[in-house]
Amino acid sequence: MHEMSLMESVRDIVEDAARAHGARRVTTVRLRIGALSTVDAGALRFCFDVVMHDGVAEGAALEIETEPGAAWCWDCQVAVAVLAEGAGCPTCGGHRLQVTGGTDMRVKDIDLATEPELPTCA
Amino acid sequence: MCVTCGCESGTVAHDHDHDHDHDHDHDHGAATTPGERGFGVLRPAVTRTVSLEQDLLAKNDRYAAGNRARFAESSVLALNLVSSPGSGKTTLLVETLRALTGRHPVAVIEGDQQTRLDADRIAATGAPVVQLNTGKGCHLDAHQVGHALASLAMPAGGVLFIENVGNLVCPASFDLGEAHKVVVLSVTEGDDKPLKYPDMFRAADLCLITKSDLLPYVPFDAARAADNARLVHPGLECLTLSSTTHQGFDAWLAWLERELHACTARAAPFAAHEARA
Repeated sequence: MHEMSLMESVRDIVEDAARAHGARRVTTVRLRIGALSTVDAGALRFCFDVVMHDGVAEGAALEIETEPGAAWCWDCQVAVAVLAEGAGCPTCGGHRLQVTGGTDMRVKDIDLATEPELPTCA
Repeated sequence: MCVTCGCESGTVAHDHDHDHDHDHDHDHGAATTPGERGFGVLRPAVTRTVSLEQDLLAKNDRYAAGNRARFAESSVLALNLVSSPGSGKTTLLVETLRALTGRHPVAVIEGDQQTRLDADRIAATGAPVVQLNTGKGCHLDAHQVGHALASLAMPAGGVLFIENVGNLVCPASFDLGEAHKVVVLSVTEGDDKPLKYPDMFRAADLCLITKSDLLPYVPFDAARAADNARLVHPGLECLTLSSTTHQGFDAWLAWLERELHACTARAAPFAAHEARA
């Protein structure tokens, strides 16, 4: 369940950013997770509420964008799109693939709610 | 937030009784929205999007880079041994340490959820060892390994073995600063395991197929296991051995010698630079 420790990294990144921007609340957290990365998006969702509890991002929405998998097929000698882990080359079906994309695991951006300026009634 | 009564939210039906005086006008009973009349008593929080683009493993990777620099300074070949529980990592280590004793400096970091049973087995060989207990954690991370290094004499010019928590999934993601991950697969497991747990076999630079003395008694096909490992990691080097009979052990020791030599060769320019500095 390494998704739990990865989600703790998300929390650290989000809380540091919220502090740096003087935000009182984080309303949305957007992640980009590669189709060929070593995490499961479903497990990340499961951990999100638990890990964000009592923090600046408690109750925030989690949006996960999938980065498509990409590889170089040594047999076809072309760059190919790989749909999922173990799927093989879509052209020849082979597995001599050098993964070139789709392994990303990052916090893309967050929506912050900042304290409004106090109204002046002059 | 309303600055007088403290009520929350930006668009609220403002219909409660006020027992305080206002020195300005605003409509009661109607929704108050931001910007209305130039200033609203109810002010919503300002929401904005901040781009971060930060890797989830960035923090771990920074610690790993620190560990890697420390290994390079002392010409230490650091190996991260990963496998399912029960593949024979500790037995492999005990026999490897015995074979290396007197030839190269060695040290071991043991990772387990609980107990120092493995560290005790390693200590019996005379090798310096630190036990890390991850508690609820399913893997070692670079920060934990950095702490372990503080209480372990660096085996300068030799090998540091890091035995990870028995888990064929999670440790694949965490760089500890090692030169190589070595994945251990025993013949009492399935030869289809590389297909079922591809991340680890992709992350590793060497696959050791252990307990080969049991091959006559199990349906495991070592050649098929190696083929499956190479399906997920083309060109992956695979060695079959037994820590009990030492069959195939020489090839593993030769691999270690080769990597130690490469590690020392890499460190030589670094050492020369240090000497000049």
